[in-house]
Amino acid sequence: MAHVSAVAQSVRELTGGVDHFEVEATTVRALLAALDRRYPGLGTLVSEQMAIAIDGELHQDALMESLAPDSEVVLIPRIAGG
Amino acid sequence: MSDNAKPAPPALKVVGQRPIRPDGADKVTGRANFGADLRLPGMLTGRVKRSPHAHARILRIDTSAASALPGVKAVVTAADFPVLANESIDTGEGSATLRDLALNCMARDKVLYVGHAVAAVAATTPDIAEAALRLIEVDYEPLPFVIEVEAAMAADAPLLHDDLFTKGVTPKPTTPSNIAEKIQLGRGDVAQAMASAELVIDGRYVTAPVHQGYIEPQACVASAGADGQHQLWVSTQGHFAVRSMCAKLLGLPLADLKVTAAEIGGGFGGKTTVYLEPVALALSRLSGRPVRMVMSRAEVFDASGPTSGTVMHVRLGAKTDGTIVAADLTLKYQAGAFAGSPVGAGCMAALACYAIEHIAITGFDVVSNRPKVAAYRAPGAPMAAFAVESAIDELALKLAMDPIDLRLKNAVKPGAKAVYGATFREIAFVETLQAIKHHPHYRAPLGPNQGRGLACGFWFNIGGESTAAVHVDEGGGATVVSANPDIGGSRASLAMMAAETLGLPIERVRAVIADTTAIGYSALTGGSRVTFATGMAVVQAAEKVVADLKRRAALLWDCPVDQVEWTDGTAHCSDASKDAKPMSLKQIAGRSAKTGGPIGAEVSLNAQGAGPGFAVHLCDIELDPQTGRSTVLRYTAAQDVGRAIHPSYVEGQVQGGAAQGIGWALNEAYVYDDQGVLLNPGFLDYRMPVASDLPMIDTILIETAPNARHPYGAKGVGEAPIVPPLAAVANAISHVVGMRMNELPLSPPRVLDAIDAAAAAARSAKAA
Repeated sequence: MAHVSAVAQSVRELTGGVDHFEVEATTVRALLAALDRRYPGLGTLVSEQMAIAIDGELHQDALMESLAPDSEVVLIPRIAGG
Repeated sequence: MSDNAKPAPPALKVVGQRPIRPDGADKVTGRANFGADLRLPGMLTGRVKRSPHAHARILRIDTSAASALPGVKAVVTAADFPVLANESIDTGEGSATLRDLALNCMARDKVLYVGHAVAAVAATTPDIAEAALRLIEVDYEPLPFVIEVEAAMAADAPLLHDDLFTKGVTPKPTTPSNIAEKIQLGRGDVAQAMASAELVIDGRYVTAPVHQGYIEPQACVASAGADGQHQLWVSTQGHFAVRSMCAKLLGLPLADLKVTAAEIGGGFGGKTTVYLEPVALALSRLSGRPVRMVMSRAEVFDASGPTSGTVMHVRLGAKTDGTIVAADLTLKYQAGAFAGSPVGAGCMAALACYAIEHIAITGFDVVSNRPKVAAYRAPGAPMAAFAVESAIDELALKLAMDPIDLRLKNAVKPGAKAVYGATFREIAFVETLQAIKHHPHYRAPLGPNQGRGLACGFWFNIGGESTAAVHVDEGGGATVVSANPDIGGSRASLAMMAAETLGLPIERVRAVIADTTAIGYSALTGGSRVTFATGMAVVQAAEKVVADLKRRAALLWDCPVDQVEWTDGTAHCSDASKDAKPMSLKQIAGRSAKTGGPIGAEVSLNAQGAGPGFAVHLCDIELDPQTGRSTVLRYTAAQDVGRAIHPSYVEGQVQGGAAQGIGWALNEAYVYDDQGVLLNPGFLDYRMPVASDLPMIDTILIETAPNARHPYGAKGVGEAPIVPPLAAVANAISHVVGMRMNELPLSPPRVLDAIDAAAAAARSAKAA
């Protein structure tokens, strides 16, 4: 089980205020699908507008990145730069 | 060596050295070709007609007289561009929409700021183009306008967009607003923690919008062929991004547009979007001739993105031992005429240096009648750091604590969870603080009217998509091909990483930047990503080349490939039974036709795991109490850089960031009149620091936490150094003046007012 959390209001709006939950997934792709199943629209939101920190490491557009059984997954707003 | 001991990593021979920069001679001799340098046969000059109004409805545009002027070959307005959907597009800041991007390049129904483009011409000479602009008639209906961020948030403020409804608010608003988005981040119970705090610091902070200030203005040459093939040469941080944006704005297939990045004279985030480029392409398409467009400096200020001006509110709750128990921040950022300020990054970066249990951060992205903001080095973070680091300085004063000790007490360490959620891994913030604490500067005595300020900063750094190729030549050298415009030394760092991996001296490796048809996609040069992400692609390509060289050596020696070792650019056969003399890369390359053909490899990847950077800056200021003028006496900047591939370039990035931040703190600001007209669109009146304004900026590179994801430990280094200077300078001046300086820029009149106010307060206190 990946331990998913978020600090962004945009996520809470789709989860009904829940910001910590667990998801069965071994890749980011599976994670996004699971998010959409549990909270319709959340997987799409994350895919298009957010980044993911997996065990502390920042990822963007990383569908094939693998998740360990107890990975910490944090949904965070997407980051750009200058 | 014990069984458990790991072998020492091989000593690096190129990475970490300081070879001569490969682009230096071209730039100092004028041989480098910048955006405005290209000349093509039959080339026309393009010019843009711009709005004189801060906010107005366009009632009519008549271009007939301009079109009839001899020498005018094309005139375009918004009618010559497709109407586009309000869908997201990646512009480098990640939050613009295609429609807004199009409307920023060419206004359609309304103008939203002075300088907003309304039409453009292409003519045989610059004089004719200028004359044609004067012949274009535009009828406007002026509308009420709003410039400042808090005025734009007011319920009765003039609305820029009838269809802009605040995102992030529940229930979804039914009336439009200038507040494009409300962002909320947080954890814990701030109200309770603040109530239990033994000391609460409360302050309001204001920063002015500032321009990226690149020396080279926006410039491009567009050429549309009769066969529908388009070419564009442009000063940009990302020519693939330019291709994508222009193709969408003009309805072109990507394959019909080839974009070549010119040498770039600075960008700092400001050249991650398009302004002139789609217009030049449209003019070229209409005229059938190449069109060159170059912004004047006034146009750069009037119509290209600065970064946001901000109003921020900070409350910190602390124990008397210095533990910060709660933080409550409100950040209001100007977006300019269209939604998309960097307030989101500001919210996430604001408190990233500190392990604080209870946090609430609210951000507002607010449109107003100013040019649309563009990314600027660590977008959103310097302003937030100004507020937070000023408040922490205030806290240190109230607690009578050493400002570094206070920060050390609250500093994030590996394993700490950042406010934005991620858990930090390889970071060296504590070591960076300690480096400043132990630097002689920190204990150096100060003279009269002198003050010392300290501040910290954080930047995420990013990875992303990159492609790179490494080709070996028959002379025993190699060429690195990438698609990232070299804005901060990436040709040097990429060549060095390739040389290290191949085992070649750096002099045998050259790096070039290919156009969009010559190599696979790369995201733009920004986000401090190129040495990290494109560097990973280069190293992987070089590793593929080494594997191929070993395979070819094995073929020539007729031995298994696992008996071939690659050391110092030479293949060695470990099978003693073979009479195999070591073969150099040159020798193998010279026989490449017999072993499978040319030797080279290309790698495309989406780099993940960029490591964040931390910066700590220390600034000494001397104030002239008669004039309020500030002089930076001494400046020391320490930064967690992972591993410096080319230390001189890294030091240059740190010094450049510090210099820009000092300008932001002391002098830079957009000054508007009561009609929304920018009064200082030039370097004489918009005062950026020059070399003679600054001391030598001393740098300390902290290399104790190399990034485990990168083969040589690199982290991004270009953005973190602009984050601390605003507060470092302001804290120094606050200490001299004797009151908190909470509004930038700290120009002489503002400082003089503060000196007078502090003196008056002192007199009042004495009298009481």
